[in-house]
Amino acid sequence: MNYNISKEPIVIQEVIDKVVSRNAGAVTTFIGTVREMTKGKKTLFLIYEAYVPMANKKLEQIGAEIKERWPDAETAITHRVGKLEITDIAVVIAVSTPHRNDAYEANRYAIERIKEIVPIWKKEHWEDGETWVGNQLETVPYPSGKPEEGDIDD
Amino acid sequence: MINVLLFAQLKDELGKETVSIEGNGMSVAQLKGKMKVDFQLEGLETVMTAVNEEFADDDTILSDGDTVAFIPPVSGG
Repeated sequence: MNYNISKEPIVIQEVIDKVVSRNAGAVTTFIGTVREMTKGKKTLFLIYEAYVPMANKKLEQIGAEIKERWPDAETAITHRVGKLEITDIAVVIAVSTPHRNDAYEANRYAIERIKEIVPIWKKEHWEDGETWVGNQLETVPYPSGKPEEGDIDD
Repeated sequence: MINVLLFAQLKDELGKETVSIEGNGMSVAQLKGKMKVDFQLEGLETVMTAVNEEFADDDTILSDGDTVAFIPPVSGG
């Protein structure tokens, strides 16, 4: 299983091991971690929640999109759910490709797509309250009720 | 019956994560309207909808046994 939602802490090496390939000349890893300060506001901890079966499908879709664009790429993604403390790992993305440039680009593509189409939400707990964070891309969220064709396919 | 799943702020607003709604033959838009009236649930206009785990338009017609998930703007990563 290259695409997972995990209630347990993510073991980075296990994600990397899934994309090891004799064809690969490069493996890039993206490690998303919980940040303490956001625009001057102090986060105490986060709660991540997912619609797990659909989140798994959408992570697989991202893997398929990467395969279309970079046919030699191997991708693995694990996203954490539950309560995360500052510096904890929220997501690990590993991509291997024959050459380094593709590995960087495909990995970047994966994290941007996660922020668009994967049903995972984070609730920020601050010193003075809590809020579900949405609309990180700072665009109008889907006026037609779902992502536009370009959002899903591109 | 339609099985409706709620997440994030919608779940907090309603106080539960699933409800069953009599909605055979309704469109997604009609279901949103009914949820708004029956539960005073606000903000459904700006959320995405998934029917049976795939993104769906507001004019998608629902059948008994469908699972509808309302998906607020996502914030993974």
